[in-house]
Formats: sequence, structure tokens, C-alpha cells
Amino acid sequence: MAQGSARPGIDSRILTEGMRVLWVAIRTEPWVFTAALVGALLYAAAAVTSASVLGAVSERVILPAIAEGRTTAAAVAGAAAVVFGVGVLRALGLGARRLYAGLMQFRMQAHYRRAVARKYLQLPLSWHQRHPAGQLLSNANADVEAAWQPLAPLPMAVGSVAMLVIAAVAMLVTDPVLALVGFVVFPALAAANVVFQRRVSPVAARAQALRAQVSEVAHESFDGALVVKTLGREDTETERFARAADRLRDAQIRVGRMRAAFDPLLEALPNLGVLAVLLIGLVRIDLGAATSGEVVQIAYLFTLLSLPVRSFGWLLGDLPRSVVGWRRVRAVLDAEGGTDYGDAVLDGDHGLAVSVRGLSFSYADTYTDRRDDTAPESARGLDAADDGPTARTTVLHDVDLELSPGRVTALVGPTGAGKSTLTMLLARLVDPDSGRVLVDGVDARDYAHGELARAVALVPQHTFIFDDTVRGNVTLGADVDDAAVWQALRLACADSFVAALPQGLDTRLGERGTSLSGGQRQRLALARALVRRPRLLILDDATSAVDPQVEAQILGGLREADLAGATVVVVAYRRATIELADEVVYLEQGTVRDRGTHAELLARSPGYHRLVTAYEQAAAQRSAEAAARSADQEAVR
Amino acid sequence: MSAPARTRASRADARETAAPALHRSTDSAWATLRRGLALSPEFTRGLPVTVALAVAATFGKVVVPLAVQQIIDNGLLAEGGPDIGFVVGAVALCAALVALTALCSYVMNTRLYRSTESGLATLRRKAFRHVHDLSVLTQNSERKGALVSRVTSDVDQISTFMQWGGILLIVSTGQVAIATTLMAVYSWQLTLLVWVCFTPLLFGVRQLQKLLSRAYLKVRERTGEMLGVVGETVVGAAVIRAHGTEERTARRVDATVVATRAAQVRAQRLSMAISPLAELVSAFTYAVVIVAGVALGVAGSLTAGQLVAFLFLINLFIMPMTMATEIFNEAQNAIAGWRRVLGVLDTVPDIADPGPDGKHLPRGPVTIRFDHVGYAYPGGPRVLDDIDVDIAPGRRVAVVGETGSGKTTFVKLLTRLMDPDEGTVLLDGVDLREVAFSSLRSRVVMVPQEGFLFDSTLGDNIRFARPEATDEQIREAVAELGLGDWLAGLPHGLDTPVGQRGESLSAGERQLVALVRAYVADPDLLVLDEATSAVDPATEVRIQRALDRLTRGRTSVAIAHRLSTAEAADEVLVFDRGRIVQRGTHRDLVARPGVYADLHASWVRSSA
Repeated sequence: MAQGSARPGIDSRILTEGMRVLWVAIRTEPWVFTAALVGALLYAAAAVTSASVLGAVSERVILPAIAEGRTTAAAVAGAAAVVFGVGVLRALGLGARRLYAGLMQFRMQAHYRRAVARKYLQLPLSWHQRHPAGQLLSNANADVEAAWQPLAPLPMAVGSVAMLVIAAVAMLVTDPVLALVGFVVFPALAAANVVFQRRVSPVAARAQALRAQVSEVAHESFDGALVVKTLGREDTETERFARAADRLRDAQIRVGRMRAAFDPLLEALPNLGVLAVLLIGLVRIDLGAATSGEVVQIAYLFTLLSLPVRSFGWLLGDLPRSVVGWRRVRAVLDAEGGTDYGDAVLDGDHGLAVSVRGLSFSYADTYTDRRDDTAPESARGLDAADDGPTARTTVLHDVDLELSPGRVTALVGPTGAGKSTLTMLLARLVDPDSGRVLVDGVDARDYAHGELARAVALVPQHTFIFDDTVRGNVTLGADVDDAAVWQALRLACADSFVAALPQGLDTRLGERGTSLSGGQRQRLALARALVRRPRLLILDDATSAVDPQVEAQILGGLREADLAGATVVVVAYRRATIELADEVVYLEQGTVRDRGTHAELLARSPGYHRLVTAYEQAAAQRSAEAAARSADQEAVR
Repeated sequence: MSAPARTRASRADARETAAPALHRSTDSAWATLRRGLALSPEFTRGLPVTVALAVAATFGKVVVPLAVQQIIDNGLLAEGGPDIGFVVGAVALCAALVALTALCSYVMNTRLYRSTESGLATLRRKAFRHVHDLSVLTQNSERKGALVSRVTSDVDQISTFMQWGGILLIVSTGQVAIATTLMAVYSWQLTLLVWVCFTPLLFGVRQLQKLLSRAYLKVRERTGEMLGVVGETVVGAAVIRAHGTEERTARRVDATVVATRAAQVRAQRLSMAISPLAELVSAFTYAVVIVAGVALGVAGSLTAGQLVAFLFLINLFIMPMTMATEIFNEAQNAIAGWRRVLGVLDTVPDIADPGPDGKHLPRGPVTIRFDHVGYAYPGGPRVLDDIDVDIAPGRRVAVVGETGSGKTTFVKLLTRLMDPDEGTVLLDGVDLREVAFSSLRSRVVMVPQEGFLFDSTLGDNIRFARPEATDEQIREAVAELGLGDWLAGLPHGLDTPVGQRGESLSAGERQLVALVRAYVADPDLLVLDEATSAVDPATEVRIQRALDRLTRGRTSVAIAHRLSTAEAADEVLVFDRGRIVQRGTHRDLVARPGVYADLHASWVRSSA
């Protein structure tokens, strides 16, 4: 992920915070951790023993048996059994450590993925609008993964620390002076680890970011393949990609060079330590301060420790990324906010009456400019994801509005007038800064959870198709029979394309399923709203990608259906759509400029007149030009 | 529009996705490896030196512990007290050896990283280019994300093997061979025994790895599903709240998270089994060798010293053998990666440049001729049947018809995104298949329905058609299309960032950018697939104005969704069920009963 670029090097702050993160995991899964740790210690102990066991077997069984001819079958079998037994312990320890370390990692990932997803569901839409979707997805995926990555090497690292301590004590007891060599080499190893992590982290982070870039370039280029092909830009695109790939190559080679220098160093240090022990040991023996046996023992302790120390290096290597991942996950889990509900209940099944009183709304100024209609989507791409105080842009200002039950109201206005925002407030997807939305006379905020969602259906311009069947996408889990689903599909003019899908209602849609065209998606979203028999239906330019003919058919159908009693709000551009409305509300710059029938507004509101006739004027001008041109052509002939 | 027409259309779409897919390699693992290595000469460049260094480094790693052992046995524990002279000399020699080993290892790894990364970059570039060379049909037969993996993660899969496994494979094979030879010198019987113990492990591990790769596939599938559902909580945030389905979504999240964890644990259980298995086998081997060795010794065919030495040599043998499982694993990964990259490179582009014999079209408005052209998508019925039509240079032609009538296919054949099954498409009298791509793509420009923009500035996107264009020229082009006021209204002019796929702009503005881009390309034949989406009236007017000026002085063919486009055309081609059923000016056609008059009537109803 590109976010890896924020990956810091290792320092004491990261170290303490990293330890805290690991502690959270240990506290959450104490038994799994204990099992893994026991495995690690068992393996370490068995590994240490196996070398000496083999030595002892050589000395006590093999030599006497072959050289001196003194043996019994029992002694040989016993020796073999001991060697095999130690091996079994090693295998058990190794298996247990790896199994439980993995288990711990996966369990923690699962805990936190669920927690993050639940938080996403609980946080209000306004919070979602402030955070780019890509960032939230990587919080739930890459960041959770990164946070718990060190759990894999953790048991071995803890085990190796334990072994280090035991070894240090054993050395001190054997010969304090020789132990000093150890106390020089071990910190040197630790220092080498830290230096390496610090040097390689930024370079590795850069490589990671460049890897993401390579992927982005490829993604974008393949997405635009048609444009690339039809403009014949394959060469320049390949160059652009090759530049990204070459930058990645160079960064990877740099990382490689550091690894290439570090790994041999790490391997050489314990060896040099052993040699130092031997030399100094020689002096100690000469002085009579140590025996040969003691020197040999310390030399052995050294060789045994080179591998475990490296596992500590792996843990250190994962720590910075883990801390960054943890911080991001925590930021989501600690986010404040939710939607408060009252306990009012919506009675009856009539169309809802809605009155809007003195409504004002502003967006946090997270995105540089312009237009509100696309603000919710676009804001995500540019949001700095900072929840700190920001400037706000007022989108709606002191709006009053009455929607009578069963009437169709069209919201019309230039881009940026606040139409989409108003629809979201009507459906209580967001709450106003000031003013109130009254539904059947009760403030929308006072209804119990689920009451409004059951009675109000908003169909946005850019809808969302779940990775589910057609049926699942229409019902969204509501208890509705297939006949009702088909009825809704028919009203939305979606029945014939659904019928043509390979498995009809059971066809899987979404990312891994059949893909639909923009118009088909919109019609499905419409069916999703209709199947709920909403008492307030809000269409936010919900048929923009549908052919005009089909749109007319859909909107005509709505009036005839059982929905006749529902209150309908339509955000519209096309004149045919506007003309279906009983009343038109004309918005400009966040305020209601005028309201009335289409004919009334056309006559008295110059802004409205300009807006709805602009296209027709241009068309008239064009046909005049075309006529003139064909006249020219005929004249030429 | 009638229901049967839409049904036809969706079937046509389904066929299109079942079109010529990427090649699936059936090469053996060995052949894949050889071909893979040959693709990037960097991989094998200087390999002998690298292998020599690797051998030296491995030699050092084996010899240093031995030397330390010797110093202890013969120096420190020498009979009659430590031999100071020997120890000091040997330690100095040993230290030099350690340093030399480290140096060899450093140089070897540096070389490996360089050759591997350079080779991977080459591989990426080749595969990337080839994806663009494939026809639209082939490109659409894969998800875009899957194509991206072929140049990213599939290539990455090769890297571990090349940086580590490959060289280790060579060195380890050598080490096993040397250890076997040395062991055989001591005792061929025991050597045979060791091999007998280890052979089942190799087979067992292979079986285990097959299970494992299936388990990992499950993990990937489950993870994909889980991320999809978690993604819905974010991308579908508004819909979920609007319909109050938080609880249901939470349950879906739980189910997929649990399923993912279960798959992970299952895979972990299999993967963790491999190393302990190797431990068990080596412990068993030691035990068996001790028993058999003592028996041989007692029988007099082996000395105690030989048996002890043999036990040490087993260690030399076991190290590479236990590593072998990991190496094979990486090799399999790498071969799987190469297979997928080769799958791209082995797919022959069905729409290809005619090569050096390619003809170049002269400049000036293009004459179009469709000579009895027919087309069917692979495995499907005819979507175009016997299209025979001439279009004079400089004409503006509108193509209309219901969805599924064949108008889109007509345009794809005209721009040579596909080749006809029957008949010939000729531009200026030349068969399109004989026109050099460089000439074709500069003379014929298509503006697709969705004006795809790259995540860059407005200026860069316009310049995409002609990289050498200056800001001044672009501004002029914008002004010439009558869009000067629009550009002036943008906060940063040409430097305005458009966002991913241009999503910071409105749909209408994206179309405007696509039109300017086409204008800057300055083609002689302009092919347009008009967008269907509604845009706000001000932008609509701008699009009309720009279209109008863009088509001046060129031949143009537009799939018309707007009435005004058909009205303004010099000529309208009406498609129905794969044939051209009417042809004439808007005024003529609208006066006659027929397909066009019907279409027009419904147009008028909806937009009047």
C-alpha cells in the first residue's frame, strides 16, 4: 500500500509503542500466546540439548562399543531412542510454536477486522464523507494485517530473549571475564539490527510506495486501454510504465544491497565472537583463571545463539509497520460519533408529509472547490483524513419546504445548488447544522432506529451494487417474496435484463459477479427502493444513465403503481422528468429561489427559464446552422 | 425500446465477454522455467561468477565451524596443555576466512539483487506492452485487476526464487552431492540408509505442498470475499444507512471474517507441518544410523572415528535437504508466476499491425467503404449482416438504432478495434487490415462513450493525444471549440487536477475533455460514441458547441443518442437487427414511416 510511505524507522518511541501493541495481543489471546511460547522454549531447549546429546552418545556408546567392543543392544537402542526423542521434542516445539503463533495472528486479525467493520457501520455518513474509501479499506485490510504481523516471530523472539538471558547467566557463572566478550558481541548484534532497521526502513518504505505506483500506473493504463489504443499511445504508455518499473527496480536494488551487507555481518559476528573467546580464553587458561573446559563451554554457547538473535531482528523489522498500522486502526476505532435516535414510531401507511424548517447545512472544507452534487463522492478522494477543525462550506442556507403526502416534487437547480444534500437531509443520512426536518410532524431525529429507513427510500445517482445475487441486491435481506421482487423490477424497467441474465434472480452481481451497465445499475437501485413500498421516495437524479425513453416509461409507471399514495421527490435535469412533477422547487446557491408549477416558474423565474431552456435554444441554433449548411452544400452542387 | 431488443443486447454483451481469452500454458514446469529465464537475459547474465561466489560462501559457512572445532580439539584441548602458537595462528586464519566468506556472500547477493530486479523490470515491461497490443475483445475477457496482477504480483512471485531459491538450488544440489560422496567414502551402506530415510520425506512434502497450494487458494478466495463485504460497509455506506441494513451487513462481515480465519488456520496447520516433519525424519535418521553404525562397527567394517565423522556429515546432508522443501515451494511459485506472464505473452493479438508492409493513408478527409461486411462475436450469431455502404469525405454521419442493432459493432469495425468476418472495411480505398497502426491511429480517432481521464491535470489529459502540444496550443484548441469560458471558470485552468478516472470533474466535463483531446489529435476521421448520461443543461450546450466545431472539415461518424446530433448530421444511417434499414437526412427520414420515424417520436416525447 502506498500508505507504507509513512513508515518510520525504529526509535525508542516506536519500540515502546510496539511493545504496547504486542501486549494488547498477548492480553487478548493469553492462552494461545502461552502455547506458542511453550513451543518456542521447548524447541530452543531441545535444540541446545541435541548437540550435546549427540556428543554424549558418541563418547559413551559409540566409542566404547566399536573401539573397545563393550556394548549391549539395550545401550545402543537407548542411545538411538534418546537421539530420536530429542528430535521429537524439537519437532513438537517447532510445530506448536508455528501453529499457535499463526493462530494468534489470525485470531487478532479477525477480531480487529470485525471491530473496524462494525465501527464503519456505526459511524455517521458525514464521517464517511470525510474519509477516502481507499483509506478506510486499507485500514480494515493492510493496516490490520500490518499491526499483527510481528505476532508471527513474537514467540520465537521472546523465546530467544529467554535463551539469551540463560546463556548470559551461564557464561557469567562459568567465567565472568569471558562472559564480557559475550556482553560486547550481543549488544553489537542488537546494535547492528537496529542500525540496519533504521537504514533500510525508509528505503524499503520507498520501494513499497514505488511498488504501489507501478500497480497504479498499470491499473490506470489498462482501465483506459480503449483510449490508449484508439489514440495509438501504446509506446508512451509503455515508457511511462517502464519508468515506474525502473524506479522500483532501483529502489529494490538499494534495499538488496543493504540486506546483502547486513546478513553476512550478522552471521560473521558470532563467529568472530567465538574466535575472540578462544584467544582470550587462551590467555585466561595461561593465567590459570579458567580451565579449557570452561572456555569450550562458552564457545559453544556462542555458536548456539546466532539464530535466535536473528529472530529478534525480524521482530524489530516488523515493528515500525505494525505501529503505523495499529495507529491507523486505532484512529478508526476511537472515532467519535454515531447517529442518535429517539423512540418515535411512524404509524399508518399513507404518504409522508415532510416539512423543512430553516434548514442549514455545511460540509467540512476538505475538498478544494466547487459543486455539491458530487461532493460526497469526490470529497473522499481528496480528504486529508484529518478530523481536526476545518473551515466549512455552506451548502444549504435557511431552507423551508413543504412536501404534501402523495405529491411529486421536482428539485431543479444548477450544479452546486445543494439538491443532493437536501435529499440526504430528507432521508436523514446526515443531520442539519441548524433547522429541522419534520416527518409527519415529528423531528426526523426523534424517530427510533430503523423507522425512517423503513418508510423512506433514497435512490442516489451513483448507486452501489452489493456482491450478492440480484434478489439479495433488491431485497437487502427484507422478507419479500419473488413475486414482489419481479413487480419492483418491472416498475423499474429492469425485469427484461434480469430475465436475460444466466441465473435470473440468482445471478451473482458485483465485483466477482456479472457486471451491469450504469443504466442497469440505476434501474436495479430503483427496484431496491420500490420493493420496500416507501412512503417517501427520493430520486436523486436516479435515472441519469437510463435512456430517455426508458426513463419516461419508469416515471410514468410510478404514478400508476401502488405507490400512488407515496410522496415523491425527484432531482431532475431533463425537462420530461420535471414536467411529471406536481410542483417544482427551484434551488440556487443553497436557497429556495422559487416554487410552483413548471409553467409558473418558466413564466416568472428568469434563472429557471434560462436553465431549462438553454439546451433547447442551443438545439434550435444548431438546426438553423445545419439547415444553412445543407443549403450551402446544395448550392455548391 | 422493446423488451426483446434489450434481451438481444444483453446476450450480445455476454458473448463479448466470452471472446478470445488469454492463452493458458500447458508447458511443463521445466519448459516454463527455461522460457521464463530466456525472457529476461538479465537473469542469467554473469551467472557463473555469481555461482562461484555462492559456492565460496557456502564453503566458508561449512568450514568455519569445522575449523573452530579443530582449534578446540587440537589447540585448546591438546594433550599437554593448550598449544598457544597453533591457536593464535589458526584463529587468525579463521578470522580471515570469516571475513572472506562474508565478502563473497555480500558480492554474490548484490549481484543477485541487481540481476533479478533488472530481469523483473524487463518482464513487467514486456508483459505490459503486450497487454496493450491485445485486441479489445481479449482485454475485456479478463477483469482489469487480473490484468494488472500479470504485470505486478505475478511478476513479484518470481523474485524470491530468483534472489534466493535459484542460486541455493544450485549450491544445495552441489552440497548434497558432495556430502553423499564423502559419506559413501566412509560407508556406502549407511549412505544408502540415509537416502532411504529421506526419500519419503521429499515425496511426502510434495504431496503436502499440493494440499497446501489448494489451501492457500481457499485463503485467497475467502480473503477476497471478506474484503469485498468489508468494502461494502465503506463504499455502500449511504445505501446501507438509507435502507437500514446495518445489522444484516454486520452479520455478513462476521461470516466472511470467520470463514477467512478458518481457511487461514487450515493452511497454517498444513504449512507448519513441513518443518517438524523434516526434524522428525532427521532425528529418525540419526537414530537409525547410530544403531546400524554400531552394528557395522561391531562387525568390524567401520571404525568409531569413521562413524563419528559420518554423523557430522549427515548434518551437512540434512541442511540442504530440509531447505529443499522451501526451495521447491519457491520454484513452484515462480513457475506459476511465469506461467501467468507467459499466458499474456503467448496470446497472439488477433488485431495486429501489418508490420513493415503497412500502408500509410494520405491526409485529408477520409472516404469510408464497407464492402459486404458481416460480423459475429466468437460463438454467437451475426450482429452485422452484409453491410455495404459508402461515406463520402467530409460528411457528418449519425448512426442510430436500438440497443443491440449493431451500431456499436459497426463503429468498432470502422476503427479496427475488431476485424470483420466477412467483407472488407476500406478507408480511402485501402483495406483497414493493411493500414499501418501508426497511420491508422493518427488519422482515425475515436471518442468512446465514457471519456476516460488519467489521474493528472486537465492539460496533461488533453496532451495525451499529442504529447508535444504546448499549453498555448491547448488553450487555443479549447478556445476554437468554444470552451474558453469553461476553461476560464476552472480554478486552476489547465493545471486543474482531474482526480482518478477524472472523477473530480462532472460526467459532462469529462466528455468535454475527451472532445478537446480528440481535436488536438487532429484526425481526418472522427468516430464518436455519444454518452447517454444526462448532464446539466449548461454543459450540454457546451458539448453540442464543441461537437459541432470538432466535426468541421473531417469525415465523422457518430453513434447518436441525442436528437440534435441526428438532426445536425448530413446523413443518418439507421440500424436494425444488424442491417442498415434506412439512410438519408433527418428531414427526409422523419417524414417517412419507418424505424427512424418511430425512434424520433419516442425521442421527442422524452426530451420535449
